[in-house]
Parts: sequence; C-alpha cells; structure tokens
Amino acid sequence: MLARTVARSVPFRGIARQSLNRSSTRASSSSAGAESANSPFNLTVTASVATAVAAGSAAYLYGQEAFASTPAEEGLHPTAYPWEHAKWNKTFDHAGLRRGFQVYREVCASCHSLTRVPWRSFVGVMHTVDEMKAFAEENEYDTEPNDQGEIEKRPGKLSDYIPAPYPNEEAARAANGGALPPDLSLIVKGRHGGCDYIFSLLTGYPDEPPAGATVAEGMNFNPYFPGTGIAMARVLFDGVVEYEDGTPATTSQMAKDVVEFLNWAAEPEMDDRKKMGVKAIALLSGLFAISVWVKRYKWSPIKTRKLVYNPPVSRR
Amino acid sequence: MSPLPTDSPEKGLIRRNAVYLTTIFAGAFAFEIAYDTGSNKIWDAMNRGRQWKDIKQRYMVAAEEDDE
Repeated sequence: MLARTVARSVPFRGIARQSLNRSSTRASSSSAGAESANSPFNLTVTASVATAVAAGSAAYLYGQEAFASTPAEEGLHPTAYPWEHAKWNKTFDHAGLRRGFQVYREVCASCHSLTRVPWRSFVGVMHTVDEMKAFAEENEYDTEPNDQGEIEKRPGKLSDYIPAPYPNEEAARAANGGALPPDLSLIVKGRHGGCDYIFSLLTGYPDEPPAGATVAEGMNFNPYFPGTGIAMARVLFDGVVEYEDGTPATTSQMAKDVVEFLNWAAEPEMDDRKKMGVKAIALLSGLFAISVWVKRYKWSPIKTRKLVYNPPVSRR
Repeated sequence: MSPLPTDSPEKGLIRRNAVYLTTIFAGAFAFEIAYDTGSNKIWDAMNRGRQWKDIKQRYMVAAEEDDE
C-alpha cells in the first residue's frame, strides 16, 4: 500500500516534469541527438580536459627555449656598459668624438668605409671648418665630364662624402682574405648590442684562443663575434694613436672613443633629438597639468552638488 | 552677470579683438623665447664641457694663428 503510493507518485511527478520540459525546450531537445552527452557534467568534463590539454601542450611547446645556434655560434653576449652619452639628458662628449674620429682615420679607415658621412657633417661638431676643408682636400674625387667627355680628378670639398678604402666589394674581399669589412656608417644601429657589442668586440681579443677552440686559417678568435672566428685581428693596442689633447691612448680609451664616434655617425641627430624631447615633454606636462586643473575647475559645481529628493506628501 | 568685473584688466584685453589677438601673438613669441632660452641654459648646464661650443676655443684659436 505504502510502496504502491510511493511508486505511483514518482511517475506522476516525472511525467509532469517531462511534459513541462518538452513544451518549454522543444527546439533544443528535438535537434540534439544524444541527450546524455549534453548533460552539464559531461560538458564541464569535456571543456576541462580540452583546456588542460591545450595548456599542457602550450607549456610543452613554449616553455622550453629553443636555440637555433650553439652558444659559440651565438657569440658571447656583451657587457652592458654605463655609456654616459646614452643617458637621456646627456649629449655626446664632443672631445671624445674628436678623438674617436682620429682613431677611425688612423686605424679603422684602412679597411672600413664610412660612406654615408660627408665631410661637412663634422664642421661645428668636432672640427672647425678649416680643419675639415684640409681633410677633404687630401682626397681626390672625380669631376663631372668636361667638354671632351673626360673625367678628371679634383681635390675634395666639404660636400663630398668620405671615400671608401676599396673601390668595390670584390676588391675589399680580395684584400682581406675573402672577408668583407662592413661599412661603419650605421654599424651601431646595425648590430645587436650596439655600443656594448662593438666595445666588447674591440677589447675582447684574448692573447691566445682558449684550449679546445678551433680557429680557421687566417681567422682570429673573439668570443663576442658570432661563431668566434673573425677575420679582423686585434687592432687597438695601447699607444697605437697619439691623441692631440693628451688623453692616454689606452686600448679601452680608444675603443670607447671610436664607439662613441660610430654612434654619432649612426645618429648625428641625437643631441638635438634629446634636447627637443626634453623640451616637448616638459611643455606638454605643463599643459596636461593645466588641462587637468581646468577640468576639475569646470566640473567642481557638478561634482559637489547635492541632490535632495523630497517624497510627495501623501494626502490622507 | 559677466564672469569678470568690467574694470578688470582681462575685460579690457578681450573687449577689442585686435588687442586680444596682438596680446596672444606677442605672448606666444615672448613665451617661446623665454622657454627656449631657459631650457637651453639648463641643458647646457647639464652638459657642461661636453658640447662643441665648450671645447671649440682650443681649436679656433689655433686655426686663427695659422691664418695670420
């Protein structure tokens, strides 16, 4: 009796719920095939497993660093030096630029060109106009063709560009055992590590290659050069240049000066750029502060007003 | 109700458009000159001894002696 009433009551309730569900969600229940797979529990499990698989495979793929090169092929990462001219409020040290140009002229220029820098760009930066005219006149340039179509030679002018040591790439390779000395005009921008890399490279030649290192014929060992085998030998030795201002010409001093000079060659606008940037940021900060003040001034009556709601008095 | 009293200097300034514009232009010129002069002075003080104008005396004097 009791069992029968219980058994009877359940189907009734179940039928009532089913009919209610069917009438309210007919579209979904009729379109979905397997109803057990759509249960909330199964959906949650499926989504959780899929998320776990995706996260796991992503961690597997991206979690470990992949190196295309060995550390030797990568090259030793250069030390980060506290370059004074790299600070946001410092110009180049123009006396250092002048020394660096001397190092370039006397050491680097025999193999490396600086073809994108004209003589005139030194005037008022590290040399007087008379000094630069003298430098330019030391070199010969082609003239325009004359009446007979012949091209003659003339001394250089301030508007000429610094001549390259070799007439073309093939000549440069032939003179350097197949290795091409890169143009130094933009070398600071063109190498990872910039100033740090070039300074480390110039000063990083060990006296002899470490045990176990293989150095090819005609090559030199430098840990900072990718692959460690560099065709350029060490060129900066103490006293190889005699500075006119009496600065001791140590290896690191010359390397520092020539790196700063090459940075100037790559970024001759740096001094002006930094000064204009400081001016603009200071001015715009002031204008921004004023605009904030004006906004608060204009909004203050709205921000400080008080709305009072007086409920209607019920007439009773 | 005007926001400014009639006898204030601001009121006299914006009453005539020519005076107003002249004031704005003159003020812009004056501010630019003052701002550039001041910021250049600060910049040169921060970079004392580093720029060409600080070191050119050594080389200009030598060049003049060569000419004479």
